[in-house]
Amino acid sequence: MQKNADVERRQVRAGSAMMVLELTVNNHPGVMSHICGLFSRRAYNLEGIVCVPIANGEISRMWLQINEEQKLDQVIKQVQKLPDVLGIVRHDAGHEIFTGLSTFV
Amino acid sequence: MFTMNGAQLIVGLLERQGITTIAGIPGGANLPLYDALYQSTRIRHVLCRHEQGAGFLAQGIARSTGAAGVCFATSGPGATNILTAVADAYLDSIPIVCITGQVPSALIGTDAFQEVDTYGMSIPITKHNYLVRSADELLRIIPKAFELALSGRPGPVLIDVPKDIQTATVSFAEWPEPGCRQEPPVADQAMLLEAAAMINRARRPILCLGGGIIHAGAAEEARAVVEKGSLPTAMTLMGLGSLPAGHSLSLGMLGMHAARSTNMALQDCDLFIAAGARFDDRATGKIVEFCPAAHIIHMDIDPSEVSKLKNAHVGLVGDVKESLGRLLPLIGRDERKIWRNRIELLQELYPMASPAAIIPDTPYGLILKVAELAGEECFVATDVGKHQMWTAQVYPFNRPRQLLTSGGLGTMGFGLPAAIGASLAHPERPVILFTGDGSLQMNIQELATAVEQQANIKIIVMNNNSLGLVRQQQNLFYERQFFASDFRIDIDFAAIAKGFGMTAFNAAVDCRLESLLERVMAVKGPCLVNVPIAKEEEVYPMVPPGASNSFMLGGCNAEKCGC
Repeated sequence: MQKNADVERRQVRAGSAMMVLELTVNNHPGVMSHICGLFSRRAYNLEGIVCVPIANGEISRMWLQINEEQKLDQVIKQVQKLPDVLGIVRHDAGHEIFTGLSTFV
Repeated sequence: MFTMNGAQLIVGLLERQGITTIAGIPGGANLPLYDALYQSTRIRHVLCRHEQGAGFLAQGIARSTGAAGVCFATSGPGATNILTAVADAYLDSIPIVCITGQVPSALIGTDAFQEVDTYGMSIPITKHNYLVRSADELLRIIPKAFELALSGRPGPVLIDVPKDIQTATVSFAEWPEPGCRQEPPVADQAMLLEAAAMINRARRPILCLGGGIIHAGAAEEARAVVEKGSLPTAMTLMGLGSLPAGHSLSLGMLGMHAARSTNMALQDCDLFIAAGARFDDRATGKIVEFCPAAHIIHMDIDPSEVSKLKNAHVGLVGDVKESLGRLLPLIGRDERKIWRNRIELLQELYPMASPAAIIPDTPYGLILKVAELAGEECFVATDVGKHQMWTAQVYPFNRPRQLLTSGGLGTMGFGLPAAIGASLAHPERPVILFTGDGSLQMNIQELATAVEQQANIKIIVMNNNSLGLVRQQQNLFYERQFFASDFRIDIDFAAIAKGFGMTAFNAAVDCRLESLLERVMAVKGPCLVNVPIAKEEEVYPMVPPGASNSFMLGGCNAEKCGC
């Protein structure tokens, strides 16, 4: 069966108010386009992105800051369909990776 | 150890997939691929005259067989030309694998000759896409592309292959397994029980069969459920044929150009069961006013479709064939006499076409006459426009895959190459193409392909010398200001077709159409007949775009309706 990535739910700590999707994805040059393109063409707002390679660069970890409560389930279902997405963790109360970023802007 | 170049590897892998026909056009960036194809004894290449034609030809194969169609294009303009056909496949969930040539890897990003970002451009219109970075990767990518195209909700996959990858040498110990359709997921049993209870409770249910029924091969299961539960059944444009048109429980197509009785029944239903249908706006009209009194059961293999547009009370995510099969023993036998009587009354009062509208010399009459002459075994392709909607309204489709039509994208120019594809996949069966003068001109160069391949297609040009549906909207919603919708020259389509070497006829206004059609059908190989249709012949009933399906204009006995 064609398996979509499972969604794990974590509510670790309240960082930013905006929810964060943490994705594990294949690392090749087209993946970022796939993710960002999905958001723009379906008119979902993507507020922030952090992405780093892991596991010797074979895969990447990506944190997406999203401000789309109403469309969230639909966003997640669409992200799950991408073959390059290997895993999804949903942080409904935000994620600390974005909290320190404000000092750089 | 096997050693060969990337292009030979691609062709070898396609042969192992069982591919026997590839449509395409060669160019600078895919010549190694063509050089490898030249060596193949198993694959027949069909040279089209425009890459969009090649894409639609592959779709014709895919739509008529259910197997994946394959098409080739070169880089740059070849790729941009074929993308319309890829987008069309995406919206109708058609499995095709499109392999494009790309400039050599070292030149990517330099604005090289015939370079475009095919990968980037195809992201939003493919189920998945690849830019191949080494020849080894082809061993994984090609089978995976077929697996993705055919599994779950089918769709197009594009593989962009730089020229140096096509010529690079690759060695490998063994061939990978061909990619095939993976076992689909099945719906949750508790949800199935709930759905069955809702169906058994409902007093005024309507089932709607969409293209998913055809992709899943679920027509038999659907029919069993329809008959056991006496469920009046509408179909989307993509679902036509999944229940025979003449079936006593068939309501025909729903939506913008449905019979009044069908949309009226939908407004009244207390349970709407969508099976492999996705609540497209052309089917639902204004979505908040669609089936206002109904509970919703939605069966779909794509979880993102369930509750995307209309909240489903029960969502059955999984293979619709399996879902319907498991639903059958759970639903009770029920004649639903009151509900069916009410619908029959509506159907008598508001038939699709009045008896006067089905004499030959009218659009409906022409279509019905062709249907009678073509027999039950034929395939029917359409282009996009008035002729398409008339065909959807009255053609007696009696089996899945009989109709090939561009539903989601609505691409004019789809019909001719798709008909050729269906014909090449089924050389023993006739293929009818209903087209319009506007649509035909959008891929008219494929007349050459039809003649070259001696495809057994019969092209009926319903010629109103205008962009008919555009003109109709200007008539109804833009104060009859006809602008850019009437053609100002009369084209002699029979002369054009003859110029391509095709047998062709012009139906004179006073000719005996029936005997002319008989002659057309008797021609061996491709044949075109141009039939004049009055510009004023509109497609009715019509729900204005954005309006509720309860608001229909025109159609048989519209004046009696009071709405």
